Order: sequence, then C-alpha cells, then structure tokens
Amino acid sequence: MSDFLQLLLSGMATGSIYALAALGFTLLWQASGTINFAQGEFVMLPAFAMVAFGAAGLPLGAAYVATCVLAIAVLGLAFKRGIVDPLFKFGMMPIVVATIGLAIAARNGVRAGYSAEAHPFASLFGDKLFQLGGVTVTLADVGTLVFALAIVFATQAFLQKTVTGRAMQAVAQNTESATVLGINVPRMIFYTFAINAVLATTAALLVTPAYLAKFDMGESLGTKAFFAAIIGGFNNSRGALLGGLIVGVAENLAAAYISPAYKDAVALVLFMVVILFKPQGLLGRKVERKV
Amino acid sequence: MKKMHLVWMALALVALVVLPTQLSRYGIYLFSYWLVFVIATMGLNLTVGYAGQKSLGHAAFFGIGAYTVAILMQAGISYWVALPLAMGGCFVIGLALGFPALRVQTIYLAFATLGFNTAVWLVMRNEEALTGGTFGINNIARPALLGISLDKPLAYYYLILGVTLVAALLLWFLLRSPWGRAFTALRDNPIRAESLGVNIQAYTLLSFAIGAVYAGVAGALFAPLVEFIEPAPFGVGASIMMYLMVVVGGPGYFFGPMLGAAVGVLLPEWLRFAQGWYLFVFGTAVVLLMLWLPDGLLSIPDRLRARRQSREASAARSAAASAAASAAASVSAATQGAKP
Repeated sequence: MSDFLQLLLSGMATGSIYALAALGFTLLWQASGTINFAQGEFVMLPAFAMVAFGAAGLPLGAAYVATCVLAIAVLGLAFKRGIVDPLFKFGMMPIVVATIGLAIAARNGVRAGYSAEAHPFASLFGDKLFQLGGVTVTLADVGTLVFALAIVFATQAFLQKTVTGRAMQAVAQNTESATVLGINVPRMIFYTFAINAVLATTAALLVTPAYLAKFDMGESLGTKAFFAAIIGGFNNSRGALLGGLIVGVAENLAAAYISPAYKDAVALVLFMVVILFKPQGLLGRKVERKV
Repeated sequence: MKKMHLVWMALALVALVVLPTQLSRYGIYLFSYWLVFVIATMGLNLTVGYAGQKSLGHAAFFGIGAYTVAILMQAGISYWVALPLAMGGCFVIGLALGFPALRVQTIYLAFATLGFNTAVWLVMRNEEALTGGTFGINNIARPALLGISLDKPLAYYYLILGVTLVAALLLWFLLRSPWGRAFTALRDNPIRAESLGVNIQAYTLLSFAIGAVYAGVAGALFAPLVEFIEPAPFGVGASIMMYLMVVVGGPGYFFGPMLGAAVGVLLPEWLRFAQGWYLFVFGTAVVLLMLWLPDGLLSIPDRLRARRQSREASAARSAAASAAASAAASVSAATQGAKP
C-alpha cells in the first residue's frame, strides 16, 4: 500500500509537469489554432538556456527569471511573428509541418552547436527524503507537484479573474466578436504565446533534474503533453491538468505493476480509448463538422 | 500527358538503368536505398497527398514489411512467399488503422497514427523471441528470381528498380481511375464527396490500406538490401521524416515522392561534410519551405505558370482598358468637336 501511494505521488509529480506543457499546448490551440509540434523542444531550449546561465555564474532562481524573459522574446514573440503569423491563413497543417521542421532544427542545432551529452541540472528542492503518514516521499516530488499546480492554478486564475485574461478567453472563443468589442486581438494572442513560453520554461525547471538536459529530452515530452491535452479535452484548459495527471499516474503504475518496457504505450492506449469513445476529451465540448 | 513529359521520363528511366553501372558499390547502395524510400513515400503520398489523411505512422508499415520478410525467411520460407504475406499483412493492419480515421481527422489522426507507430516500435524492441529486440535480425539473404541470383548489389538494384516502376505504374492508373477521383474528392471536401455518393468510409480505409501496402513492399525490399534490421529505422522519427519527404516534394504531385525522397536520402550523403549540422539545415529549410512554398518543391512550375498567366491577364486587361480609354477619348473629342 505504501508502495502504491509512493508511485501515485511520483506519478502525480511527473503528471503535473506534463500538465504544464499540455496547458501551453491547449492555450495556443484555443487562441490561434496553432498545434505546436515543437512543444517538447520549447521545454528543451530553456533547459539549456538555464544551464548556460548557470555556467555564467547565475544562481538557479535568477537563471530561471532570465530564461523566462529570453523565452518570451524567442519562443513567444519571434515564434509568433516568424512562423505562426505568416502561415496562419493556410490552415493547420503548414504550421504543423513548420513546427516539425523547427523541432528538428532545434534538436540538431543544440546537438551540433552545443553538446550531444546529457548535462546535470540542479534541483530546486534537493533530494531530501521524509516520512508522510507512513509513506516515504522525496521533497523533489512534493515540491514539483506543489510548484507546478501553483503555476497551473495561477494561470487559470489569471484567465478567469483578470480583465486581460477574460479578454484572452473571448479571443479564443470568437475572434470576430472580440474584435467588435474593441479587444486588441493580436496583443491577446501574443500574451498566449508569452504564457506558453513561461509555462514551458517552468516545465524545464522542474523536469530537467530528473531527465537531464539533453538535446532529445523534448521528444517524448511533447507527445505526452499532446496526449494529455487530448485526454483531458482540447478546448478546455482544466482538461490539460486532468489529462496530465492521469497520464503521469497511469504511466507510473503501469511501469511498476504491468511492464516497464511498455511504459511509453500507456499514454497512447488512454489516448486511443478517449478519442474512440469521447473524441472531445473528458472535459471538452463537442465541435460540429463544418462544410 | 504532353510529349515533352514522355521524353523526359524516358531519359530519366535510361539514366536510372545506365547510371548505376558506372557507380561504386556504395553509390549503387544509395540509389537502391533512395528507390526503397520512393516506393514507401509513393504510398504515403496516396494517403496524405491525394486522400488527405494525415498519417504519421508510415514507418510502422515499413517495419512490419521488413520484419515479416525477415522472420519468415528465418523460418525457411521463400522470399517470394514472404513478400505477398507481408503485403497482405500490411493491407489488413492498414485497414484497421483506418478506423480511427473514421472518427477523428487532421491533427488527432496524426497523433493517433504516431501513437500506433510507437506501439509497433515497442513491440519490435521488446518482443525479443520474435524480433530479436535491440539486437535485431542478422544475415537476411537476398532472394533469387527465376534462377538468377540477386546477391550482387547491381542485380538487387535492378529488382528494386523494377518493383518501383511497377508500383509507380499501378499508382498512376489507380489515380486516373474513378477510385483516384474519389480519393481527391475525399481530400478536398469530405462532406461534399459523401453527398455526391462517394462511400467516404470505404475510401478512407482503402487509402490507408493501399498506402500501407506500398510501405510494406518497400520494407520487404529494404530488409534484404541492408541485410540486418533492428527497430531504429522504423520509429516515429522515420515516420515524421517520410511525411516531410512527401511535403517537401509536393503532396498530391505524382513525382513529389521521387524528389522528396532524394532530399531526404541522397542529399544528406552529398552534404556529409556538414555532418551534425545537416539536420539543422534540413529542419530550417522545411520551415522556410512552408513560409514560401507551402505546396512543396513541385509546385514551383505551377506557381510560375500562374504568375505568368496573371501577368498576361493583367497586361491584356490594361491594354484593353487603355484601348477603351483612347476610344472614349476620341469619341468625346469627336462629340466635343461636333458640339459648337
């Protein structure tokens, strides 16, 4: 039983990181119809930026803040201006293909230009162990879970409680009426990209101590974030959290009780079941087919 | 089909037959490798480019073809029995993969097929008793045809070339048949196609199944070509690469896969000096291609033609306008002259 609770907790910690990446994914989709195949690389690049800032002598907290600013500029503004804006009018697939190209370029650019090795990454929480109701837990798991959930809930509070956040939701729901109501649509869409960049940087901060900073660390992360987003419901930002936690926990339990070799298939099986029986996701709304 | 095109195709064919006789062993190997990918991506072009189903799991079928042939040949079964079995297997599994496509479209489908690829890859890696796991399967023999040994690189190259030509011809006729028209109707507007009486369920499944058979044939040729298979070339990365080959060449263009596979297979060899940077350049090139030529390299002639036509049309329009203006001017001059 205590094993089970331990697996549950570490699964939730991993799942909350998936949720961060998945939330960014859903927000981009809602606001601008962008499917970002480079989402995993959007986590990998900040990880390396933090490694570089760390090597330059910055403490982890300062490196994180500096990387957030850099990520907003590059993964937010430059990505939107350079790739999404010009391709938006051609529909979904050209953006998908372009972000696949971007992912390949980012991965191999880091490998060839920086390093093909895995770099160790300091954990925000250290690796202390302590007892919690008879269960041994690591501080890293608890800290990751709390930190990630805090960021997810802060993002949701921002979207629901502030004027800017509500304006962003209006843009996501109906761009034309948002324009008519005097909302600055391009600016709101940019905010979405900026939030995605910060969420990805936060995911990098939390996941890299376990994954190590490596050029291909984003490969599976991006796919799982997408699966998590679909499982929870693509047009609902609470779905990303639910989906992320489900995938993280199910993976951990399956690895322990069924077969570690097929761990990576868990997210896939859940995803298949969801799209076959409830394609809009667990919390999503139905979208009608249009001619 | 213009006469010019036929002449060009005949020249290309002669080059494909004659050129490899002058190449080194490695050059022949590369050409064979390229043709294998041409066959695979022709199938993907049918699924993606003509029928519009976003499939990111093509390398799974490529792998199923390769492993079926390798495993059956290990069990002592002839290549010429194993090949149709591999094709049949891919057809059935392709049909099965088409079912999610009836439920979901575009990006959901892309991820469903990508997940399918991961599942197949995991089976290849983990089921050591059947597939040899990460150690793979060694010493895959090249077959003999009608008593002629195809062991030599050149002989095996001609087998692959022959299969490529047959596959291309079949695809050509398929696309010009009512089936081909139904596929493009399905791509352009599924609901309209349905209301015109096209059985979109059947055609969606078929587009997957036929595409899968092409990948299976390519895989069945690939295994004896490299003589050793392991899970790596059949992963998600390979599927994404095949998708990019189709997109780069030009989805929905018949010759797109030949060009796309050349960019994906031959170009990295010529650009070997760039080593690690090649994929960086390739990725960047894909992004730029999307920005400037979202319909692929083979859309360049169409674009030039469209631009020339619009230029001619606007020239004609302005000529007509100026003619009309001068006519109007002369009329008004005449009326003014008549007025006083």
